[in-house]
Amino acid sequence: MMISSVAQPGFWTAAAMIAAIVVTSTAGEVLTAAAMKTVGDLDEIRAKWGMKGAIRAVVTCPLFYVGVSFLALSFFSLLLALNHMNLSLVAPASASLTLVTDAIAAKLFLKENVDRRRWTAAVLVCIGVYFLAH
Amino acid sequence: MVLGLVTLCAPLGDSCLKCGMSKLPAITLAHPATLIAAVFTPWIAVGILLLIGFFASYLTALSWADLTFVLPATAFGYVIVALIARFWLNEPISFERWIGIVLITVGVGFVAHGPSLTERPAASELAKTAEPVGQLGEEQAR
Repeated sequence: MMISSVAQPGFWTAAAMIAAIVVTSTAGEVLTAAAMKTVGDLDEIRAKWGMKGAIRAVVTCPLFYVGVSFLALSFFSLLLALNHMNLSLVAPASASLTLVTDAIAAKLFLKENVDRRRWTAAVLVCIGVYFLAH
Repeated sequence: MVLGLVTLCAPLGDSCLKCGMSKLPAITLAHPATLIAAVFTPWIAVGILLLIGFFASYLTALSWADLTFVLPATAFGYVIVALIARFWLNEPISFERWIGIVLITVGVGFVAHGPSLTERPAASELAKTAEPVGQLGEEQAR
C-alpha cells in the first residue's frame, strides 16, 4: 500500500522516460552493430591473430566507443525511470518497443534486409516480452 | 554456439547478480564504498564475469550476423530466465507468461530459419566481376 501511494509521474513524463531508454538503446545497439561490421568477422580475426588481436580490433574501433556510450546512457535512463516507475511497466515497455525500433533502425541505417519473416519475429517477440514481464 | 552463449550468459549473469545483491544489506548512496566492496563478493564477481562473457559473445555474433537476427535470438534469454525461475527457484508461472514464452520461442524459430546476414550488393557485384575473370581464366586455360 505504501508503494502504490508514491506519486507516479504523469503520462507524458512516463512516456518521455521510456522514450529516452528506447532511443538511447536503439542508437547504442545500431552503432555497436555498425562498429562490429567495420571490424569484420571476429572468429576469423581470432583464428589469425589470437584473442589479443581480436580484442585489439574491437577496442581500436572509434565507433565501438560511441555505441557503448549510448548503451551506457540507456542504462542510466533505465535507472532513472526505475527510480520513478514500477519495473513491471518499464522493463516490458522499453524491451519490447526497442525490438521494433531496432528493426526499423537496422533497415534504415544498417541497410539490413528486414523481410516479412524478421518483422513477424520482431512483433512476436515484442508481444511475448510484454506478456512475460507483465 | 556463440548465440547459445549470448542467451545463456545474460540470464545466468543477471541471476547471479540478483542472488548476490539480495544477500547483501541494503546499499545507500551515502556509503558508495560498500558498492565497490560488493563487486568482490563471490556471486557478484561470477555475475560480472558472465555478463562480460555475454558482451564478448554478443559482439562476436554482431561481427558476422545482422542486428535483426541477433536481437530476437538474445530475447530467448527471457524464456530461459522464466524457466530457471520455474524449475530451479520454484516460482509459479502464470498462463500469461506461458503465452509470452510460446510467442518468443515461435519468433526466434522464425528468424533462425532465415539467413543470418543480409547479402550485400558489394558481394553480388564481386560475384559478377568474378564470373568474367573465371571465363577469362578458362579461356586462358584452353
